Amino acid sequence: MSMIHFSVTALRKQLAAKEISPVEVVDALLARIEAIDPQVKAYLHVDAAAAREAAKSADVTRPLGGVPIAIKDVLNVKGDPCTCASKILKGYIAPYDATTIGKLRDAGAILLGRTNMDEFAMGSSTENSSWGSTRNPWSLAHIPGGSSGGSAAAVGAHEAFAALGSDTGGSIRQPAALCGCVGLKPTYGRVSRFGLVAFASSLDQIGPFTKTVEDAALLMNVLSGHDPLDNTSSRQQVPDLTARLTGDIKGMKLGVPKEYFIEGIDPQVDAAVKAAIAKYQELGAEIVEISLPHTEHAVAVYYILATAEASANLARFDGVRYGTRAEKPTGVLDMYGRTRAEGFGPEVKRRIILGTYVLSSGYADAYYKHAQKVQELIRQDFHKAFEKVDAILTPTSPTAAFKAGERTASPLQMYLADIFTIAVNLAGVCGISLPCGFTMPEGDTPRLPIGLQIIGPNWGEETILRAGHAYEQSTGWHKELPPI
Amino acid sequence: MSSQGIDVQYVADLARLRLSADEVATFQKQLSDILGYVDQLQKVDVSSVEAITASAPTSNNLRTDELKPSISAEEALANAPVQSDNLFIVPRMVE
Repeated sequence: MSMIHFSVTALRKQLAAKEISPVEVVDALLARIEAIDPQVKAYLHVDAAAAREAAKSADVTRPLGGVPIAIKDVLNVKGDPCTCASKILKGYIAPYDATTIGKLRDAGAILLGRTNMDEFAMGSSTENSSWGSTRNPWSLAHIPGGSSGGSAAAVGAHEAFAALGSDTGGSIRQPAALCGCVGLKPTYGRVSRFGLVAFASSLDQIGPFTKTVEDAALLMNVLSGHDPLDNTSSRQQVPDLTARLTGDIKGMKLGVPKEYFIEGIDPQVDAAVKAAIAKYQELGAEIVEISLPHTEHAVAVYYILATAEASANLARFDGVRYGTRAEKPTGVLDMYGRTRAEGFGPEVKRRIILGTYVLSSGYADAYYKHAQKVQELIRQDFHKAFEKVDAILTPTSPTAAFKAGERTASPLQMYLADIFTIAVNLAGVCGISLPCGFTMPEGDTPRLPIGLQIIGPNWGEETILRAGHAYEQSTGWHKELPPI
Repeated sequence: MSSQGIDVQYVADLARLRLSADEVATFQKQLSDILGYVDQLQKVDVSSVEAITASAPTSNNLRTDELKPSISAEEALANAPVQSDNLFIVPRMVE
Protein backbone atom coordinates (compact mmCIF):
# COMPACT_ATOMS: atom_id res chain seq x y z
CA MET A 1 0.00 0.00 0.00
CA SER A 2 1.38 3.38 -0.99
CA MET A 3 2.07 5.64 1.98
CA ILE A 4 -0.50 8.20 0.79
CA HIS A 5 -3.21 5.75 1.87
CA PHE A 6 -1.95 5.54 5.47
CA SER A 7 -4.02 6.84 8.33
CA VAL A 8 -2.33 9.46 10.52
CA THR A 9 -1.92 6.79 13.20
CA ALA A 10 -0.19 4.38 10.78
CA LEU A 11 1.91 7.19 9.35
CA ARG A 12 3.11 8.22 12.82
CA LYS A 13 4.24 4.68 13.58
CA GLN A 14 6.27 4.54 10.37
CA LEU A 15 7.73 7.99 11.01
CA ALA A 16 8.63 7.21 14.63
CA ALA A 17 10.30 3.95 13.60
CA LYS A 18 12.20 5.88 10.90
CA GLU A 19 10.80 3.52 8.26
CA ILE A 20 9.97 6.66 6.26
CA SER A 21 11.04 10.29 6.60
CA PRO A 22 8.84 13.40 6.74
CA VAL A 23 10.48 14.57 3.49
CA GLU A 24 9.41 11.35 1.75
CA VAL A 25 5.88 11.76 3.11
CA VAL A 26 5.60 15.35 1.89
CA ASP A 27 7.02 14.43 -1.53
CA ALA A 28 4.57 11.53 -1.91
CA LEU A 29 1.65 13.75 -0.96
CA LEU A 30 2.72 16.58 -3.29
CA ALA A 31 3.00 14.04 -6.14
CA ARG A 32 -0.52 12.80 -5.36
CA ILE A 33 -1.84 16.37 -5.31
CA GLU A 34 -0.14 17.14 -8.60
CA ALA A 35 -1.60 14.00 -10.17
CA ILE A 36 -5.24 14.30 -9.09
CA ASP A 37 -5.98 17.77 -7.79
CA PRO A 38 -6.41 19.29 -11.26
CA GLN A 39 -9.58 17.13 -11.36
CA VAL A 40 -10.71 17.24 -7.71
CA LYS A 41 -9.76 20.90 -7.13
CA ALA A 42 -9.68 20.49 -3.35
CA TYR A 43 -6.80 22.90 -2.81
CA LEU A 44 -6.72 26.64 -3.41
CA HIS A 45 -3.10 27.13 -2.44
CA VAL A 46 -0.24 24.68 -1.85
CA ASP A 47 3.12 25.97 -0.68
CA ALA A 48 5.28 23.00 -1.70
CA ALA A 49 8.59 24.68 -0.90
CA ALA A 50 7.52 25.64 2.63
CA ALA A 51 6.17 22.12 3.28
CA ARG A 52 9.42 20.52 2.08
CA GLU A 53 11.40 22.92 4.25
CA ALA A 54 9.24 22.17 7.32
CA ALA A 55 9.62 18.42 6.67
CA LYS A 56 13.42 18.66 6.93
CA SER A 57 13.27 19.81 10.54
CA ALA A 58 10.10 17.95 11.65
CA ASP A 59 10.30 16.36 15.10
CA VAL A 60 8.69 12.94 14.67
CA THR A 61 8.51 12.35 18.43
CA ARG A 62 5.72 14.92 18.77
CA PRO A 63 2.00 13.94 18.61
CA LEU A 64 1.67 14.94 14.93
CA GLY A 65 5.39 15.18 14.14
CA GLY A 66 6.00 15.17 10.39
CA VAL A 67 2.31 14.70 9.51
CA PRO A 68 1.08 17.05 6.72
CA ILE A 69 -2.33 18.58 7.39
CA ALA A 70 -4.54 20.62 5.04
CA ILE A 71 -6.36 23.71 6.31
CA LYS A 72 -9.72 25.14 5.24
CA ASP A 73 -9.26 28.63 3.79
CA VAL A 74 -11.21 30.15 6.69
CA LEU A 75 -8.40 29.88 9.29
CA ASN A 76 -5.57 32.39 9.66
CA VAL A 77 -2.17 30.79 9.06
CA LYS A 78 0.53 33.42 9.51
CA GLY A 79 2.08 34.40 6.18
CA ASP A 80 -0.49 32.44 4.10
CA PRO A 81 -3.40 33.78 2.08
CA CYS A 82 -6.79 33.36 3.81
CA THR A 83 -9.54 34.28 1.37
CA CYS A 84 -12.58 32.38 2.72
CA ALA A 85 -13.03 31.67 -1.01
CA SER A 86 -14.20 35.28 -1.38
CA LYS A 87 -13.05 37.94 -3.81
CA ILE A 88 -13.29 40.49 -0.98
CA LEU A 89 -10.25 38.88 0.70
CA LYS A 90 -8.16 38.54 -2.45
CA GLY A 91 -4.57 39.37 -1.59
CA TYR A 92 -5.07 39.18 2.19
CA ILE A 93 -2.10 37.63 4.01
CA ALA A 94 -2.80 36.41 7.55
CA PRO A 95 -0.74 38.41 10.06
CA TYR A 96 -1.13 35.82 12.85
CA ASP A 97 -1.89 32.15 13.53
CA ALA A 98 -5.30 30.89 14.64
CA THR A 99 -4.99 29.11 18.01
CA THR A 100 -5.72 25.75 16.35
CA ILE A 101 -2.92 26.41 13.86
CA GLY A 102 -0.49 27.18 16.69
CA LYS A 103 -1.54 23.92 18.36
CA LEU A 104 -0.90 21.97 15.15
CA ARG A 105 2.53 23.61 14.82
CA ASP A 106 3.37 22.79 18.46
CA ALA A 107 2.35 19.18 17.82
CA GLY A 108 4.85 19.01 14.95
CA ALA A 109 2.36 18.97 12.05
CA ILE A 110 3.38 20.25 8.62
CA LEU A 111 0.79 22.73 7.32
CA LEU A 112 0.30 21.81 3.71
CA GLY A 113 -2.14 23.81 1.65
CA ARG A 114 -5.38 25.72 1.95
CA THR A 115 -8.59 23.99 0.92
CA ASN A 116 -11.58 25.25 -1.02
CA MET A 117 -14.92 26.07 0.59
CA ASP A 118 -18.21 27.83 0.05
CA GLU A 119 -17.63 31.58 0.32
CA PHE A 120 -17.44 32.50 4.04
CA ALA A 121 -18.58 28.93 4.81
CA MET A 122 -22.05 29.64 3.44
CA GLY A 123 -23.24 26.67 1.42
CA SER A 124 -23.60 22.91 1.27
CA SER A 125 -21.85 22.03 -1.99
CA THR A 126 -18.66 24.18 -2.30
CA GLU A 127 -20.25 25.62 -5.44
CA ASN A 128 -20.34 29.05 -3.78
CA SER A 129 -16.55 29.38 -3.93
CA SER A 130 -15.34 32.43 -5.86
CA TRP A 131 -12.45 30.33 -7.16
CA GLY A 132 -14.43 27.50 -8.78
CA SER A 133 -16.07 24.42 -7.30
CA THR A 134 -14.46 21.28 -5.86
CA ARG A 135 -15.54 17.83 -7.09
CA ASN A 136 -16.32 14.63 -5.23
CA PRO A 137 -13.45 12.08 -5.36
CA TRP A 138 -15.98 9.24 -5.77
CA SER A 139 -17.59 10.89 -8.82
CA LEU A 140 -16.25 14.02 -10.46
CA ALA A 141 -19.73 14.94 -11.74
CA HIS A 142 -20.91 15.27 -8.13
CA ILE A 143 -20.32 17.90 -5.47
CA PRO A 144 -18.27 17.14 -2.33
CA GLY A 145 -20.76 18.76 0.03
CA GLY A 146 -19.94 21.90 1.96
CA SER A 147 -19.03 24.24 3.18
CA SER A 148 -15.71 22.47 3.99
CA GLY A 149 -15.86 20.60 0.66
CA GLY A 150 -12.17 21.10 -0.14
CA SER A 151 -11.03 19.57 3.16
CA ALA A 152 -13.45 16.64 2.80
CA ALA A 153 -12.50 15.97 -0.82
CA ALA A 154 -8.77 16.20 -0.03
CA VAL A 155 -9.04 13.60 2.74
CA GLY A 156 -11.55 11.48 0.79
CA ALA A 157 -9.23 11.47 -2.25
CA HIS A 158 -6.19 10.65 -0.08
CA GLU A 159 -4.49 13.86 -1.11
CA ALA A 160 -4.40 14.88 2.57
CA PHE A 161 -3.85 12.67 5.62
CA ALA A 162 -6.11 14.93 7.64
CA ALA A 163 -7.59 18.40 7.37
CA LEU A 164 -9.25 21.09 9.46
CA GLY A 165 -12.68 22.47 8.69
CA SER A 166 -15.34 24.55 10.40
CA ASP A 167 -18.93 23.55 11.12
CA THR A 168 -21.73 26.06 11.71
CA GLY A 169 -24.69 23.96 10.54
CA GLY A 170 -23.06 20.77 9.25
CA SER A 171 -20.11 22.08 7.24
CA ILE A 172 -17.77 19.35 8.54
CA ARG A 173 -20.13 16.40 8.93
CA GLN A 174 -22.14 16.73 5.70
CA PRO A 175 -19.11 16.91 3.32
CA ALA A 176 -17.36 14.15 5.33
CA ALA A 177 -20.42 11.94 4.71
CA LEU A 178 -20.53 12.79 1.00
CA CYS A 179 -16.77 12.20 0.50
CA GLY A 180 -16.51 8.99 2.53
CA CYS A 181 -14.35 10.25 5.39
CA VAL A 182 -14.68 11.00 9.09
CA GLY A 183 -15.62 14.51 10.26
CA LEU A 184 -16.17 15.70 13.82
CA LYS A 185 -18.00 18.81 15.07
CA PRO A 186 -16.88 19.36 18.67
CA THR A 187 -19.08 20.58 21.51
CA TYR A 188 -19.39 24.38 21.36
CA GLY A 189 -16.46 25.74 23.38
CA ARG A 190 -14.30 22.61 23.14
CA VAL A 191 -11.97 24.12 20.50
CA SER A 192 -10.82 27.75 20.36
CA ARG A 193 -12.29 29.81 17.52
CA PHE A 194 -9.56 32.47 17.71
CA GLY A 195 -8.31 33.09 14.17
CA LEU A 196 -11.34 31.47 12.52
CA VAL A 197 -13.06 34.02 10.28
CA ALA A 198 -16.46 34.23 11.99
CA PHE A 199 -19.71 33.24 10.25
CA ALA A 200 -22.14 32.68 13.16
CA SER A 201 -20.08 33.00 16.32
CA SER A 202 -22.52 31.21 18.63
CA LEU A 203 -22.60 28.13 16.36
CA ASP A 204 -19.13 27.92 14.72
CA GLN A 205 -16.69 25.19 15.78
CA ILE A 206 -13.43 24.02 14.21
CA GLY A 207 -12.93 20.27 13.83
CA PRO A 208 -10.97 17.56 12.03
CA PHE A 209 -11.45 15.53 8.83
CA THR A 210 -9.67 12.18 8.94
CA LYS A 211 -9.66 8.74 7.33
CA THR A 212 -10.36 6.92 10.60
CA VAL A 213 -12.11 7.56 13.91
CA GLU A 214 -8.88 6.98 15.84
CA ASP A 215 -7.24 9.77 13.81
CA ALA A 216 -10.12 12.09 14.69
CA ALA A 217 -9.49 11.34 18.38
CA LEU A 218 -5.79 12.04 17.92
CA LEU A 219 -6.45 15.41 16.29
CA MET A 220 -9.06 16.34 18.89
CA ASN A 221 -6.46 15.69 21.62
CA VAL A 222 -4.29 18.33 19.97
CA LEU A 223 -7.03 20.86 19.12
CA SER A 224 -9.12 20.86 22.31
CA GLY A 225 -8.81 23.06 25.35
CA HIS A 226 -9.29 26.50 26.84
CA ASP A 227 -7.82 29.54 25.11
CA PRO A 228 -7.65 32.95 26.81
CA LEU A 229 -8.07 34.48 23.32
CA ASP A 230 -11.53 32.91 22.87
CA ASN A 231 -13.80 33.83 25.74
CA THR A 232 -16.32 31.17 24.73
CA SER A 233 -13.77 28.35 24.91
CA SER A 234 -14.31 26.07 27.88
CA ARG A 235 -12.12 25.29 30.87
CA GLN A 236 -13.69 21.83 30.97
CA GLN A 237 -10.94 19.21 31.29
CA VAL A 238 -9.94 17.36 28.10
CA PRO A 239 -9.57 13.59 28.52
CA ASP A 240 -7.18 11.55 26.35
CA LEU A 241 -9.67 10.72 23.59
CA THR A 242 -7.59 7.90 22.09
CA ALA A 243 -7.36 6.01 25.40
CA ARG A 244 -10.76 4.35 25.42
CA LEU A 245 -11.09 3.26 21.79
CA THR A 246 -11.26 -0.39 22.80
CA GLY A 247 -13.95 -1.57 20.41
CA ASP A 248 -16.06 -2.59 23.39
CA ILE A 249 -19.39 -0.77 23.56
CA LYS A 250 -21.44 -3.41 25.37
CA GLY A 251 -24.26 -1.83 27.31
CA MET A 252 -23.95 1.54 25.59
CA LYS A 253 -27.41 3.07 25.13
CA LEU A 254 -27.94 4.50 21.65
CA GLY A 255 -31.02 6.53 20.77
CA VAL A 256 -32.73 6.47 17.38
CA PRO A 257 -34.93 9.56 16.90
CA LYS A 258 -37.99 8.90 14.77
CA GLU A 259 -37.89 12.46 13.38
CA TYR A 260 -34.69 11.62 11.46
CA PHE A 261 -36.23 8.78 9.45
CA ILE A 262 -38.76 10.71 7.45
CA GLU A 263 -40.24 10.89 3.99
CA GLY A 264 -37.81 12.49 1.54
CA ILE A 265 -34.77 10.61 2.81
CA ASP A 266 -33.10 8.53 0.08
CA PRO A 267 -34.16 4.87 0.59
CA GLN A 268 -30.56 3.71 0.19
CA VAL A 269 -29.39 6.13 2.91
CA ASP A 270 -32.24 4.98 5.13
CA ALA A 271 -31.30 1.32 4.57
CA ALA A 272 -27.56 1.87 5.19
CA VAL A 273 -28.18 3.73 8.45
CA LYS A 274 -30.69 1.12 9.63
CA ALA A 275 -28.11 -1.59 8.86
CA ALA A 276 -25.61 0.35 10.98
CA ILE A 277 -28.12 0.46 13.82
CA ALA A 278 -28.53 -3.31 13.56
CA LYS A 279 -24.74 -3.67 13.65
CA TYR A 280 -24.66 -1.70 16.91
CA GLN A 281 -27.19 -4.07 18.38
CA GLU A 282 -24.94 -6.96 17.34
CA LEU A 283 -22.01 -5.23 19.06
CA GLY A 284 -23.92 -5.22 22.32
CA ALA A 285 -25.37 -1.71 22.36
CA GLU A 286 -28.92 -1.16 23.54
CA ILE A 287 -31.02 0.62 20.91
CA VAL A 288 -33.67 2.97 22.32
CA GLU A 289 -36.32 4.72 20.26
CA ILE A 290 -36.39 8.40 21.21
CA SER A 291 -38.07 11.60 20.07
CA LEU A 292 -36.56 15.00 19.29
CA PRO A 293 -39.92 16.69 18.66
CA HIS A 294 -38.68 20.11 17.47
CA THR A 295 -36.37 18.71 14.77
CA GLU A 296 -38.59 19.92 11.91
CA HIS A 297 -37.99 23.55 12.93
CA ALA A 298 -34.19 23.42 13.05
CA VAL A 299 -33.54 24.64 9.50
CA ALA A 300 -35.89 27.61 9.94
CA VAL A 301 -34.34 28.58 13.28
CA TYR A 302 -30.87 28.25 11.80
CA TYR A 303 -31.52 30.50 8.81
CA ILE A 304 -32.70 33.24 11.14
CA LEU A 305 -30.01 33.01 13.83
CA ALA A 306 -27.04 32.18 11.59
CA THR A 307 -27.81 34.89 9.03
CA ALA A 308 -28.42 37.45 11.80
CA GLU A 309 -24.98 36.75 13.25
CA ALA A 310 -23.41 36.65 9.78
CA SER A 311 -24.82 40.06 8.87
CA ALA A 312 -23.09 41.51 11.94
CA ASN A 313 -19.85 39.54 11.51
CA LEU A 314 -19.49 40.42 7.83
CA ALA A 315 -19.95 44.13 8.48
CA ARG A 316 -16.18 44.19 9.08
CA PHE A 317 -15.55 43.72 5.35
CA ASP A 318 -15.88 47.36 4.42
CA GLY A 319 -12.78 48.09 2.34
CA VAL A 320 -10.92 49.83 5.16
CA ARG A 321 -8.69 47.52 7.17
CA TYR A 322 -8.19 44.52 4.90
CA GLY A 323 -9.33 43.00 1.65
CA THR A 324 -10.25 44.82 -1.51
CA ARG A 325 -11.73 48.30 -1.98
CA ALA A 326 -13.82 49.52 -4.92
CA GLU A 327 -11.96 51.86 -7.28
CA LYS A 328 -12.27 55.64 -6.86
CA PRO A 329 -15.02 55.89 -4.21
CA THR A 330 -16.86 59.22 -4.24
CA GLY A 331 -17.45 59.03 -0.50
CA VAL A 332 -17.54 56.59 2.36
CA LEU A 333 -21.04 55.19 1.65
CA ASP A 334 -20.12 54.69 -1.98
CA MET A 335 -16.96 52.89 -0.83
CA TYR A 336 -18.87 50.54 1.49
CA GLY A 337 -21.69 49.84 -0.98
CA ARG A 338 -19.54 49.13 -4.02
CA THR A 339 -16.72 47.32 -2.16
CA ARG A 340 -19.26 44.87 -0.73
CA ALA A 341 -21.21 44.62 -4.00
CA GLU A 342 -18.05 43.72 -5.93
CA GLY A 343 -16.46 41.57 -3.21
CA PHE A 344 -19.30 39.29 -2.04
CA GLY A 345 -20.91 36.52 -4.07
CA PRO A 346 -24.70 35.98 -4.36
CA GLU A 347 -25.17 33.56 -1.42
CA VAL A 348 -23.27 35.83 0.96
CA LYS A 349 -25.32 38.83 -0.19
CA ARG A 350 -28.55 36.87 0.25
CA ARG A 351 -27.63 35.91 3.81
CA ILE A 352 -26.48 39.42 4.75
CA ILE A 353 -29.83 40.79 3.58
CA LEU A 354 -31.83 38.08 5.34
CA GLY A 355 -29.81 38.56 8.54
CA THR A 356 -30.14 42.33 8.43
CA TYR A 357 -33.88 41.98 7.88
CA VAL A 358 -34.53 39.62 10.81
CA LEU A 359 -32.64 42.00 13.11
CA SER A 360 -34.20 45.19 11.76
CA SER A 361 -36.50 47.41 13.73
CA GLY A 362 -39.99 45.95 13.94
CA TYR A 363 -38.93 42.42 12.96
CA ALA A 364 -36.35 41.43 15.60
CA ASP A 365 -38.99 40.22 18.07
CA ALA A 366 -41.01 38.28 15.51
CA TYR A 367 -38.01 36.63 13.89
CA TYR A 368 -34.80 36.73 15.91
CA LYS A 369 -36.10 36.54 19.47
CA HIS A 370 -38.78 34.02 18.56
CA ALA A 371 -36.17 31.82 16.81
CA GLN A 372 -33.99 31.93 19.93
CA LYS A 373 -36.88 30.55 21.94
CA VAL A 374 -37.40 27.71 19.48
CA GLN A 375 -33.63 27.09 19.64
CA GLU A 376 -34.01 26.61 23.38
CA LEU A 377 -36.75 24.02 22.76
CA ILE A 378 -34.40 22.18 20.38
CA ARG A 379 -31.66 22.27 23.02
CA GLN A 380 -34.06 20.89 25.64
CA ASP A 381 -35.02 18.05 23.25
CA PHE A 382 -31.40 16.91 23.25
CA HIS A 383 -30.90 17.35 26.98
CA LYS A 384 -33.98 15.25 27.69
CA ALA A 385 -32.80 12.58 25.22
CA PHE A 386 -29.37 12.39 26.84
CA GLU A 387 -30.98 11.62 30.17
CA LYS A 388 -32.01 8.33 28.58
CA VAL A 389 -29.21 7.53 26.11
CA ASP A 390 -25.42 7.91 25.80
CA ALA A 391 -25.47 8.93 22.12
CA ILE A 392 -27.87 9.27 19.18
CA LEU A 393 -27.66 7.61 15.74
CA THR A 394 -28.99 9.36 12.60
CA PRO A 395 -28.17 9.76 8.93
CA THR A 396 -25.72 12.64 8.37
CA SER A 397 -27.41 13.78 5.15
CA PRO A 398 -30.77 12.79 3.65
CA THR A 399 -29.06 11.93 0.34
CA ALA A 400 -25.65 10.96 -0.98
CA ALA A 401 -23.74 13.56 -3.04
CA PHE A 402 -25.84 15.35 -5.63
CA LYS A 403 -24.76 16.43 -9.11
CA ALA A 404 -22.99 19.74 -9.61
CA GLY A 405 -25.47 22.45 -10.60
CA GLU A 406 -28.49 20.46 -9.47
CA ARG A 407 -29.52 22.72 -6.57
CA THR A 408 -27.86 26.05 -7.32
CA ALA A 409 -31.09 27.58 -8.65
CA SER A 410 -32.98 27.13 -5.38
CA PRO A 411 -31.32 28.38 -2.18
CA LEU A 412 -34.07 26.79 -0.09
CA GLN A 413 -33.47 23.32 -1.62
CA MET A 414 -29.77 23.73 -0.86
CA TYR A 415 -30.52 24.68 2.75
CA LEU A 416 -32.48 21.45 3.24
CA ALA A 417 -29.26 19.44 2.57
CA ASP A 418 -28.33 20.23 6.19
CA ILE A 419 -31.61 19.11 7.74
CA PHE A 420 -29.94 16.40 9.93
CA THR A 421 -26.86 18.33 11.02
CA ILE A 422 -28.17 21.79 11.93
CA ALA A 423 -29.90 20.91 15.21
CA VAL A 424 -26.56 19.71 16.64
CA ASN A 425 -25.08 23.21 16.25
CA LEU A 426 -28.22 24.86 17.60
CA ALA A 427 -28.04 22.65 20.71
CA GLY A 428 -24.26 23.15 21.05
CA VAL A 429 -23.63 19.40 21.40
CA CYS A 430 -21.05 17.31 19.50
CA GLY A 431 -21.43 15.08 16.45
CA ILE A 432 -19.34 12.89 14.20
CA SER A 433 -19.99 11.51 10.71
CA LEU A 434 -18.36 8.31 9.53
CA PRO A 435 -18.79 6.06 6.48
CA CYS A 436 -21.56 3.44 6.75
CA GLY A 437 -21.96 2.18 3.20
CA PHE A 438 -22.49 3.14 -0.43
CA THR A 439 -25.33 3.72 -2.84
CA MET A 440 -25.74 1.31 -5.76
CA PRO A 441 -24.23 2.52 -9.06
CA GLU A 442 -26.95 3.84 -11.36
CA GLY A 443 -26.54 4.89 -14.99
CA ASP A 444 -23.40 6.99 -15.26
CA THR A 445 -23.32 7.58 -11.48
CA PRO A 446 -20.89 5.29 -9.65
CA ARG A 447 -21.44 4.19 -6.05
CA LEU A 448 -21.36 7.11 -3.60
CA PRO A 449 -20.54 7.11 0.12
CA ILE A 450 -23.21 7.31 2.84
CA GLY A 451 -22.56 8.79 6.28
CA LEU A 452 -23.73 7.79 9.75
CA GLN A 453 -24.01 10.61 12.28
CA ILE A 454 -23.41 9.94 15.97
CA ILE A 455 -24.52 12.79 18.23
CA GLY A 456 -23.22 13.10 21.78
CA PRO A 457 -24.04 15.36 24.73
CA ASN A 458 -21.94 18.37 25.76
CA TRP A 459 -18.33 17.20 26.27
CA GLY A 460 -19.35 13.76 24.95
CA GLU A 461 -16.57 13.51 22.34
CA GLU A 462 -15.15 10.46 24.10
CA THR A 463 -18.48 8.63 23.80
CA ILE A 464 -19.10 9.36 20.11
CA LEU A 465 -15.50 8.49 19.20
CA ARG A 466 -15.72 5.22 21.13
CA ALA A 467 -19.02 4.33 19.43
CA GLY A 468 -17.72 5.36 16.01
CA HIS A 469 -14.48 3.43 16.41
CA ALA A 470 -16.24 0.21 17.43
CA TYR A 471 -18.52 0.37 14.38
CA GLU A 472 -15.70 1.29 11.99
CA GLN A 473 -13.45 -1.56 13.17
CA SER A 474 -16.23 -4.12 12.84
CA THR A 475 -17.29 -3.04 9.34
CA GLY A 476 -14.22 -1.70 7.51
CA TRP A 477 -15.96 0.88 5.30
CA HIS A 478 -12.99 3.21 5.90
CA LYS A 479 -10.74 0.85 3.92
CA GLU A 480 -12.62 1.46 0.65
CA LEU A 481 -10.68 3.58 -1.83
CA PRO A 482 -12.18 6.12 -4.25
CA PRO A 483 -11.72 5.37 -7.97
CA ILE A 484 -9.52 8.40 -8.56
CA MET B 1 -44.57 38.52 10.77
CA SER B 2 -45.32 38.81 7.09
CA SER B 3 -43.09 37.14 4.57
CA GLN B 4 -44.37 39.44 1.82
CA GLY B 5 -43.06 42.39 3.75
CA ILE B 6 -39.37 42.39 2.91
CA ASP B 7 -38.23 45.47 1.01
CA VAL B 8 -34.93 44.19 -0.39
CA GLN B 9 -33.68 47.60 -1.53
CA TYR B 10 -34.29 49.16 1.88
CA VAL B 11 -32.61 46.29 3.76
CA ALA B 12 -29.63 46.28 1.36
CA ASP B 13 -29.14 49.98 2.13
CA LEU B 14 -29.14 49.19 5.86
CA ALA B 15 -26.49 46.52 5.17
CA ARG B 16 -24.37 48.96 3.10
CA LEU B 17 -24.66 46.64 0.15
CA ARG B 18 -25.29 48.02 -3.32
CA LEU B 19 -27.45 45.76 -5.49
CA SER B 20 -28.26 45.83 -9.20
CA ALA B 21 -31.93 45.94 -10.27
CA ASP B 22 -31.61 42.27 -11.32
CA GLU B 23 -30.26 41.29 -7.91
CA VAL B 24 -33.10 43.12 -6.15
CA ALA B 25 -35.67 41.24 -8.23
CA THR B 26 -33.99 37.83 -7.76
CA PHE B 27 -33.48 38.28 -4.01
CA GLN B 28 -37.03 39.58 -3.57
CA LYS B 29 -38.38 36.28 -4.89
CA GLN B 30 -35.84 34.01 -3.17
CA LEU B 31 -36.04 35.74 0.20
CA SER B 32 -39.85 35.72 0.10
CA ASP B 33 -39.66 31.93 -0.41
CA ILE B 34 -37.22 31.54 2.49
CA LEU B 35 -39.27 33.79 4.78
CA GLY B 36 -42.37 31.84 3.81
CA TYR B 37 -40.58 28.70 4.92
CA VAL B 38 -39.41 30.14 8.26
CA ASP B 39 -42.96 31.34 8.99
CA GLN B 40 -43.58 27.77 10.22
CA LEU B 41 -41.97 28.88 13.49
CA GLN B 42 -45.01 31.02 14.30
CA LYS B 43 -47.00 27.93 15.15
CA VAL B 44 -44.46 26.73 17.73
CA ASP B 45 -45.59 27.27 21.31
CA VAL B 46 -42.68 28.97 23.08
CA SER B 47 -44.54 30.01 26.20
CA SER B 48 -42.37 27.69 28.33
CA VAL B 49 -39.11 29.27 27.24
CA GLU B 50 -37.19 32.34 28.23
CA ALA B 51 -35.02 33.76 25.43
CA ILE B 52 -31.37 33.18 26.11
CA THR B 53 -28.49 34.38 24.05
CA ALA B 54 -25.66 31.88 24.40
CA SER B 55 -25.36 28.29 23.16
CA ALA B 56 -24.17 27.02 26.53
CA PRO B 57 -25.10 28.25 29.99
CA THR B 58 -22.43 30.75 30.98
CA SER B 59 -21.85 33.53 33.45
CA ASN B 60 -19.59 36.53 33.01
CA ASN B 61 -16.17 35.25 32.05
CA LEU B 62 -13.73 37.97 33.01
CA ARG B 63 -9.95 38.04 32.91
CA THR B 64 -7.41 40.43 34.38
CA ASP B 65 -6.51 43.32 32.13
CA GLU B 66 -2.85 42.66 31.39
CA LEU B 67 -0.63 43.92 28.61
CA LYS B 68 0.31 41.02 26.31
CA PRO B 69 2.34 40.93 23.09
CA SER B 70 0.27 41.53 19.96
CA ILE B 71 0.89 42.22 16.30
CA SER B 72 2.63 45.49 15.44
CA ALA B 73 0.91 48.49 13.85
CA GLU B 74 2.89 47.76 10.71
CA GLU B 75 1.56 44.19 10.54
CA ALA B 76 -1.97 45.34 11.31
CA LEU B 77 -1.80 47.84 8.45
CA ALA B 78 -0.16 45.48 5.97
CA ASN B 79 -3.51 44.29 4.53
CA ALA B 80 -5.11 47.74 4.26
CA PRO B 81 -6.15 48.76 0.72
CA VAL B 82 -4.87 52.30 1.40
CA GLN B 83 -2.58 53.31 4.25
CA SER B 84 -0.19 56.09 5.05
CA ASP B 85 1.72 57.41 8.11
CA ASN B 86 0.66 54.44 10.24
CA LEU B 87 -3.03 55.15 9.53
CA PHE B 88 -5.87 53.58 7.55
CA ILE B 89 -6.87 56.03 4.83
CA VAL B 90 -10.58 56.41 3.96
CA PRO B 91 -12.51 58.86 1.77
CA ARG B 92 -13.37 62.19 3.39
CA MET B 93 -16.36 61.74 5.73
CA VAL B 94 -16.94 65.30 7.00
CA GLU B 95 -16.84 68.33 4.74
